[in-house]
Amino acid sequence: MNGLLRLALKLLLSDRGKFVTLVIGITFSVFLMMLMTSMFFGIIEHSAANIINVGAKMWVMDPDVQTPQNSIPMPDYVLDAVRSIPGVDYAVPLYVGAGLVRLHNGTYQAATVIGLDDATLFGRPNLVSGNMLDIYKNDAFIAVQDPSYAKLGSPKIGATFEINDHRGIIAGIARVSVGSLFGLPTLYTTYNRATQDLPSTRYLTSFILVRQKSDKDIPVIEAQVKKLGYLALTDKEFIARNDSFYEFQTALGTNILIMTLISFIVGLSIAGETFYMFVLDNLERFGALKAIGAKSRELIQMILFQSMVVGFLGFGLGVLLSSALVAFGKLRIPNYAAVITYQNLFMAFVMVLIITVISAYIGIRKVIRIDPFDVFRG
Amino acid sequence: MIVSVQEVTKWFGEEPARTYAIRDVSFGVNYGEMLYIVGPSGSGKTTLLSVISGILRPNAGSVTVEGKDIWTLGTDALADFRLHGVGFVFQDYHLFPRLTTVENVAVPLILRRAPWEESLQKARKFLEIVGLAGKGELPPQKLSGGEQQRVAIARAIVAEPDLLIFDEPTASLDGDTGKKILAFVKNNILNERRAIIVVTHDDRIYEYASRIIHMEDGRITDHTGVGP
Repeated sequence: MNGLLRLALKLLLSDRGKFVTLVIGITFSVFLMMLMTSMFFGIIEHSAANIINVGAKMWVMDPDVQTPQNSIPMPDYVLDAVRSIPGVDYAVPLYVGAGLVRLHNGTYQAATVIGLDDATLFGRPNLVSGNMLDIYKNDAFIAVQDPSYAKLGSPKIGATFEINDHRGIIAGIARVSVGSLFGLPTLYTTYNRATQDLPSTRYLTSFILVRQKSDKDIPVIEAQVKKLGYLALTDKEFIARNDSFYEFQTALGTNILIMTLISFIVGLSIAGETFYMFVLDNLERFGALKAIGAKSRELIQMILFQSMVVGFLGFGLGVLLSSALVAFGKLRIPNYAAVITYQNLFMAFVMVLIITVISAYIGIRKVIRIDPFDVFRG
Repeated sequence: MIVSVQEVTKWFGEEPARTYAIRDVSFGVNYGEMLYIVGPSGSGKTTLLSVISGILRPNAGSVTVEGKDIWTLGTDALADFRLHGVGFVFQDYHLFPRLTTVENVAVPLILRRAPWEESLQKARKFLEIVGLAGKGELPPQKLSGGEQQRVAIARAIVAEPDLLIFDEPTASLDGDTGKKILAFVKNNILNERRAIIVVTHDDRIYEYASRIIHMEDGRITDHTGVGP
């Protein structure tokens, strides 16, 4: 390592009190920022559970639909029209609705019911027990074993229940990759049974799931569906639309942003003030270095290096701490919606960079202004 | 001659509140000489020292060190001149309390981009020269005032500059220690290829001077000893 940087490191590490305060300040700030943003991304991911779990490449919906939870049913002719668009390999209907399950103990539990196309069962979940073909049996439903599964009394295969005054029987237990956001248990059945058993409006199809012949066909399909007065989106576009809804059309995004900014300000205040004190403590010596022959840019290098060391250390510890807490939370609380993504890691990293640069700038301003003549004057 | 000061004037502030720190000062310093600049507080000694060492730009006049007019140099070149040409012993030493003694001594070498271990090795040799062998790993605050002064001297000479600047070297020392330090400097540090300029108002150490310049109100009022 360059001798100057090594000197800077020694000066930093040897002032243990300030060094620890700096690292703790940034760690705490990163920890809070990571928790806030990971919660946000977790909620967003869970809100897109149906899109992810069904796994269709393209979704057709009413243009006013923002999220997979709130569908606006479409008339049957739309399905036929979509099927006739060149580039569509196949298109199937999907029903997404809510049912009221009456359990054996007499209590009621709301549940999300997903009706899969009878012919193809496109979008079906992976079974952990049972046989998928049993979904065609009378009154058959498949229960999803997610954190909300217990709310149905953790039913086994063959367990019966009532749903909207119709008989239901568990024909299989499935597992999905992402649990639902609102804590409702999920039941899969066929499209026909779902539309028969659950009260619905004149129109029945919540979404149309499309598979395109090739990716080049996507813009064509989107344009043709638009001509029909509906909206076709790829799964990624639908997830982005869903994200955007939660970010900008609910208070969720604003609240998380405010909390993240507060965490940033806390980190900046602690790190900025402590680093300033650190520079002040060493100001005379920096002046002496200047008098001896150190150039201003070398002193800037030293201070930037010190602040970067503290910043990166605090970032690493903060990420470690928040990851540990998120992992622990997921282990202990099944519904805990938090996910650490590259995006929030990057966001926290940028925030830390800003904190370290501002902290260093405060110190640098002071060091640049010190006149070596002051060292002689005492 | 290592240093030539020609009609140097330095003032602070603007008219009508302008204060002259030094006025039309001219003198020279020879190799092998220990020149004292003495005078009461506010006489301009420290300002003159700063002008000679390339720290404070004069308003008029020139300072030539080893044939180079230092005030024609740019900021970076001036910093290089101080790093390579001048060794400083500050009144308050300005040692880094968080570095070991040997690391403090090595600072000018580190600033010269010498490798870390090599710098420490050389710094240890210079600690031996100033009589502090074995104290290199101690923090400076564990040393006595006289020892800290020696550390500051070791730091000033470690890069082997030709010109040494001592600012009030005995200000923080008792009389005996101050004398011992100056005797040591004269006998062990000063040589024919080097000059030392000492600013002081401690008349107990005048005996070690090759020549003394007296200052008052920013002007040289008297030369004592062998002149340039």
